[in-house]
Amino acid sequence: MADNVFIAFQTSDESRAIVEAILADNPGTTVDEQPAMVRVIRPGSLTIRRETVEEHMGRDFDLQELQLYLITLTGNIDETDDAFTLAWHN
Amino acid sequence: MQLDLRTVTVKPLRQTFTHVARRIGGDKPASRYQEGIYDLQATINFHYRPLWAPEYEIFDASRTAIVMADWYKLLDPRQFYYGSYTLARARMQEAAEADFALVEDRDLAAAIPPAVRELALRLYVPLRHLEWGGNTNCMFMAAYGFGTAFTSPALYHAMDHLGMAQYLTRVGLTLGNEAALDEAKAAWIEGAEWQGLRKYVEDCFVLSDWFELFIAHAVVLDGLLFPLFYGEIDTRLAGMGAGAVVTMLTRFEAEWFGESSRWTNAVVKLAAAESEANKARIEGWIAQYLPLARAAVEGPAGIIFGAETAGVVDQLVEQFSARLAKLGITVSAKG
Amino acid sequence: MDMPTTTKKKLGIKEKYALMTRGLDWETTYQPMDKVFPYAKFEGIKIHDWDKWEDPFRLTMDAYWKYQAEKERKLYAILDAFNQNNGHLGITDARYVNTLKLFLNGISPLEYMAHRGFAHVGRQFPGVGPRVACQMQSLDEMRHAQTQIHSMSNYNRYYNGFHSFPEMLQKVWYMSVPRSFFDDAYTSGPFEFMVAIGFSFEYVLTNLLFVPFVSGAAYNGDMGAMTFGFSAQSDEARHMTLGLECIRFMLEQDPDNIPIVQKWIDKWTWRGIRVLTLVAMMMDYMLPKKVMSWKEAWEIYFEENATALFNDLARYGIKMPDCAKQALIDKEHISHQAWATFYQYSAVSNFHGWLPSSEEMDWLSAKYPDTFDQYYRPRFEHWAKEAAEGRRFYNTTLPQLCQVCQIPMIFTEPTDPTQICYRESEFEGDKYHFCSDHCKNIFDDEPEKYVQAWLPVQQIYQGNCFMPDADPTKPDFNPIEEVLRYYNLQNGRDNMDYVGSEDEANFRAWRQTSTQN
Repeated sequence: MADNVFIAFQTSDESRAIVEAILADNPGTTVDEQPAMVRVIRPGSLTIRRETVEEHMGRDFDLQELQLYLITLTGNIDETDDAFTLAWHN
Repeated sequence: MQLDLRTVTVKPLRQTFTHVARRIGGDKPASRYQEGIYDLQATINFHYRPLWAPEYEIFDASRTAIVMADWYKLLDPRQFYYGSYTLARARMQEAAEADFALVEDRDLAAAIPPAVRELALRLYVPLRHLEWGGNTNCMFMAAYGFGTAFTSPALYHAMDHLGMAQYLTRVGLTLGNEAALDEAKAAWIEGAEWQGLRKYVEDCFVLSDWFELFIAHAVVLDGLLFPLFYGEIDTRLAGMGAGAVVTMLTRFEAEWFGESSRWTNAVVKLAAAESEANKARIEGWIAQYLPLARAAVEGPAGIIFGAETAGVVDQLVEQFSARLAKLGITVSAKG
Repeated sequence: MDMPTTTKKKLGIKEKYALMTRGLDWETTYQPMDKVFPYAKFEGIKIHDWDKWEDPFRLTMDAYWKYQAEKERKLYAILDAFNQNNGHLGITDARYVNTLKLFLNGISPLEYMAHRGFAHVGRQFPGVGPRVACQMQSLDEMRHAQTQIHSMSNYNRYYNGFHSFPEMLQKVWYMSVPRSFFDDAYTSGPFEFMVAIGFSFEYVLTNLLFVPFVSGAAYNGDMGAMTFGFSAQSDEARHMTLGLECIRFMLEQDPDNIPIVQKWIDKWTWRGIRVLTLVAMMMDYMLPKKVMSWKEAWEIYFEENATALFNDLARYGIKMPDCAKQALIDKEHISHQAWATFYQYSAVSNFHGWLPSSEEMDWLSAKYPDTFDQYYRPRFEHWAKEAAEGRRFYNTTLPQLCQVCQIPMIFTEPTDPTQICYRESEFEGDKYHFCSDHCKNIFDDEPEKYVQAWLPVQQIYQGNCFMPDADPTKPDFNPIEEVLRYYNLQNGRDNMDYVGSEDEANFRAWRQTSTQN
């Protein structure tokens, strides 16, 4: 099985929407709730899609806005205007 | 635990940190600026010497010829700590963003006569490289300077130069397109009118005294260049048909120079006031760099001012000398 | 030149960022490049094309200012509210405050060092991409130092042990552990600095400091620390990515770089692991309400994470550092060994020590079934009995320190938890002592560097830790008191056991006024 990547957010209304968007787009994702933070884990890779986040938030969303809610992540990052992807290349 | 909403009176044991109290004249409430900068840089008991500069300690006051009994005298009148700095810049970038958006949405650049637009591109876009040079030089001051009071605003200054390099890139993309950036770089590398500036900046890259570098770049060069580009040239272009467009697209730079001069002025003034030796050293550096900077800015100034160039630059040097006079510095070189 | 301003294509984030940064620099001709960037080659790292650098986060300065200002607004709003409402009285117990003392004294000034270190490499790398990333990190690290100071400033007003943090970092004995770590990184070449801080510290290890510990701060009611911690960590996501990219860049540029990078990864992973001993003890012993054990945090954030990472790097020929094997064994021991040490040396430390309660010991037994009851519980129970009989144990014999990590010789043999691990090397006729094979290896590779270490215990014996007016010839000269005076440590307030301390008494009294009429 592929190694896990993860991303963690400070709990807030925005990160709730982001996590919902991740769950919608990435089957097999698990959520680990810790005090004041939420960690989302998936084997191999995980993608945050701008459009899905916008649907869940009900407003425009710039992926660079992730900067405001992020706590930590692992994996190699690829960021475009439409998607933010974490992946291991092995 | 549930806390009562009524205010609980608990008496503090002290108002601020010991090292801050020592500097502000006793234990009293201190500002976030004061708590955020005083004595943060280590001064004693270093473990190892830098492998890349074993002649110095990790932080070493002897990296400059300027001598201060207390390096924390060089306070920033803007009282910038990270939070107040980013908030100030966020406000400026919001205004700049609105201006760029307006120019782009209404295609205001199209209303400028093509020859004027081209002139603006020729003048402003190569400056992105100069700003990168400013970034390089200010990073040197932030890295090897002594005392957080000076090094932290030096870092802000460096990042501001990077920001301005990026705004100037956007000027190129707004008034022109990607080719404008390539042409500007070619001009910066080979264009005769830019070589004086490029040489000046490259010579600054290899200076080893960070205070000398501060004088050469942040005080002298920027002291002529910003009033030239964001004052004289901007006004001239406006009169030639650029209207307020160039002014809008370079508003950040103009505002920045006004604000950040408060810091550069304070550093010069406080360091010179420390001793006659410091004052003489600073005056010597200014006498050395002012003629070089003057000759360097005449290159691009000539693109737009032609035969009037010497007169325009004379006036800038005069303004500069008056500014320095207020700081207790006599500018001896006429340039 | 004729340029239509209309019909411009909209630029994507990658293209836009490339235009905003790449090409800003140029090959200097009035001064040679080697003089402009004098430190780019001496470490033996070969870079053929700086433009192959992939920018992981593409933040232009305007976006940086915008988002960072937004973070700062939030952070200071929470801090102000927390302070105005005496939020410190809402924490679980004032023992918790001692974790913050360690943080402010031992970590915040290092954030500052990281700022200066990244300013240095942000000046010295010849490529624009890494330079801009390093410069932003330099600015972020200043943020971390200052937001931590501002967050803990209010604790300083009500609790002891915070009041002289920059001075204490430079003087107090155990502070040389974190400090020498950063001094070591800073004085290395710029590429090694990037592996040390950008990769080993930021990518492999800081998660352990910031994520489970800060989550623990939240769990213990400290909104202030939670806010600066998580807010700082949001920048770390950028920093970790920079560290990983830097490693990949070096590995892809030239195969000759691989063994050099591997050596640095081995060295700095171990240097970092040793420093994290302090965090292990914070997690297991100093948080009144515990989120997870150090061992569990280690398993999630190091073992699982680092395994994935090194699997990813395997295609370059990079392997997991050997020291990870010892760390696998040590995770069962180090927090107990460290806390037992600080308990004994509470008289000369700038935070309080205390014994774990019987409930806490039961928690430790459950979390460490293979080690706690067997090796550590008896010691704590013995000390508890002594303390109950009025003989609280304070050790006044100065310990021997490891020449590299500078931790006292408290760690045990990987193969035998009842034997203290000692290693030694000889250099130019002198003997040097180490806590482990890995610290010894680091020394043996660069002895000229590590003999320079400012070892606090040796410095005390050499008489370098007294104030200028101290007179050792006086009959009533008390060396310990004089050392504390040099530390600016207020004897009887900043140090000793938590039980009976001013912190304990004040917290109890203040809590009463806040909950009763």
